Amino acid sequence: MFAAENGLRGDPRLQVISEAIRVVPDFPKPGIMFQDITTLMADHKAFKHTVDIFVERYRDMDISVVAGVEARGFMFGPSIALAIGAKFVPLRKAGKLPGEVISESYVLEYGTDCLEMHVGAVQLAERALIIDDLVATGGTLFAAIGLLERAGAEVVECACVIGLPEVKGKFRVNGKRLYVLVEPRQIDDCC
Amino acid sequence: MSSCNGEDPRILDIKSKIRVVPNFPKPGIMFRDITTLLLDPVAFKNTVDLFVERYKDKNITVVAGIEARGFIFGPPIALAIGAKFVPLRKPKKLPGEVISEEYVLEYGTDRLEMHVGAVEQGDRALMVDDLVATGGTLCAAMTLLEREGAEVVECACVIESLSLKVSYEYV
Repeated sequence: MFAAENGLRGDPRLQVISEAIRVVPDFPKPGIMFQDITTLMADHKAFKHTVDIFVERYRDMDISVVAGVEARGFMFGPSIALAIGAKFVPLRKAGKLPGEVISESYVLEYGTDCLEMHVGAVQLAERALIIDDLVATGGTLFAAIGLLERAGAEVVECACVIGLPEVKGKFRVNGKRLYVLVEPRQIDDCC
Repeated sequence: MSSCNGEDPRILDIKSKIRVVPNFPKPGIMFRDITTLLLDPVAFKNTVDLFVERYKDKNITVVAGIEARGFIFGPPIALAIGAKFVPLRKPKKLPGEVISEEYVLEYGTDRLEMHVGAVEQGDRALMVDDLVATGGTLCAAMTLLEREGAEVVECACVIESLSLKVSYEYV
């Protein structure tokens, strides 16, 4: 569900956030309008609004784990975790985490990839929030949910800054609630 | 300089929360794993607080974090001190126009990239990573910032690798 349809309609912070995101055409390949959040993080006010909105939503949900998907989920997740008193768990590409891991594969446009989490990072019945910068097909979030649930955690919600049109009207990914701040910018929106 | 003088109890606690994983990523390397620190909300908060206390009055306008573990510590520091956060990334990850700097690995080289326009002439920058060993990555990072006209005020890391003597003059 989008934030504007879930209590934040008219919240001026959403427009500040949306306007701070840059669209880069044809990246990583022709035809893709890449939603670049680095300009959001270079705008302190907009970046703070982003974190604040998530913190306001999750601070009273008894969340003990914030899991961030590598690498852009690392840029948002820790600040949220710190503010709500939760631990931060990085979900990483294959071979990056040292020690014992569990892994979950997911489908790419061509081929598959793999997400890993440390064994012992989460405990049975912990309440978890999953964070990434953007959701498109939901494939990566699917894998992230799989990892958390295999470890016995309850995924309370998946949260992303940007949601592509595929998720409009969808409230869930693999049965888990999805919360998104803004829709993608179009190239014409940018000055 | 290391701030570990044994007096601030927060530092001893942080140290105790970092895990050593032997023979990762290859035999003979004792890998210092900060993910266990992140599992302790108090220790993680103390880590960020220590950096924020040090930098909040130094007029830092940019916090630059090195992929990927610098992305975990850099943004909370940037948000707390009112600075922008700039990610320094491995090749081909950043969209749009970038500048890049090569650095030496044990075998071969790698590159670090930054967006053109991310920093401006006169920006005062703090570099953040989880660990410094040889300083090679930090040197590449500093060069990127300086090429765009920023002044690197300091490099901040959670861990200094104890197996190497590191010179603190990166001029």
